Amino acid sequence: MEGDIANLGQFIGAGLAGLGSGLAALGVGNVAANFLGGALRNPSAAASQTATLFIGIAFAEALGIFSFLVALLLMFAV
Amino acid sequence: MATEAAHGAETVEHAAGTGLSFHPMDQFMIKPLFGDGAVGMFTITNATLWMFICILAIIAVMVLGTSRRAIIPSRSQSVAELAYGFIYKMVEDVTGKDGLKYFPYIMTLFMFIVFSNFLGLIPMSFTTTSHIAVTWVLALCVFLGVTILGFVKNGVHFLGLFWVTSAPLALRPILAVIEIISYFVRPVSHSIRLAGNVMAGHAVMKVFAGFAALAIVSPVSIVAITAIYGLEVLVAFIQAYVFTILTCVYLKDALHPAH
Repeated sequence: MEGDIANLGQFIGAGLAGLGSGLAALGVGNVAANFLGGALRNPSAAASQTATLFIGIAFAEALGIFSFLVALLLMFAV
Repeated sequence: MATEAAHGAETVEHAAGTGLSFHPMDQFMIKPLFGDGAVGMFTITNATLWMFICILAIIAVMVLGTSRRAIIPSRSQSVAELAYGFIYKMVEDVTGKDGLKYFPYIMTLFMFIVFSNFLGLIPMSFTTTSHIAVTWVLALCVFLGVTILGFVKNGVHFLGLFWVTSAPLALRPILAVIEIISYFVRPVSHSIRLAGNVMAGHAVMKVFAGFAALAIVSPVSIVAITAIYGLEVLVAFIQAYVFTILTCVYLKDALHPAH
């Protein structure tokens, strides 16, 4: 294992950025859980709202993807 | 991706002694199809090949599949009709009637992304949408197109997208800054969402394949690869759907910028 302290920092930082992905997973789970909760109360309205569900998931996921991007930048670009 | 390739090469050397001879990111390397020369602007690479296959597959389903126009559709005609109806309804629901003018573009985007995602799931193939270069161009076209369209259709009123009239007056400048930032981050998140999901899924499969080098854990890793492959089939479709539906949302913002 060769390398200097900057490399160590990069890898630790990339690992820490993984926390962001996990937190985004919580957010996506929250969106899906609330959608399912609402859908079970009123199943007839659920089908018309799946587009909204996916948009919500996409926005919650975007921030997790930014942390993934940070990890990638630390690993390969810095 | 040159640094990535260099990093991959270095890890391959490390792993050469253990029987494991690939890096999870090696599958995304762009190689020239003919010879070993440098990759230039017009070099035919594996990315070129798989994009071409993708377009041929789309033509096979959408043009040849529907060419007979049978009353009782064949299987390929059914697939083409289902895809057409699915996207048509999505554009109509999300963007509204006046967005249907832009349906061909959205249909093209969806077919290209969904076909390259699914073709990438064939073992030993190359996933073009796993490269940010590809998805960035797709997202940038949507971003520029939608911005130009917004100004052409609404003129200065398009800037009303950033001026939230439903908020208290004191808050509006702050919200305007946030709205402008989020507007310009759109192509970034739009492109990286697709590339990141596809790339991460494929890399995870390769990581589990790497575990199979140990005889004890190989059954577990084969089961895991099978399960993740199933998940990836789902992700391949959902990410194409999400990319398309976000395009529709951005288009709606451009056509009706008022909050």
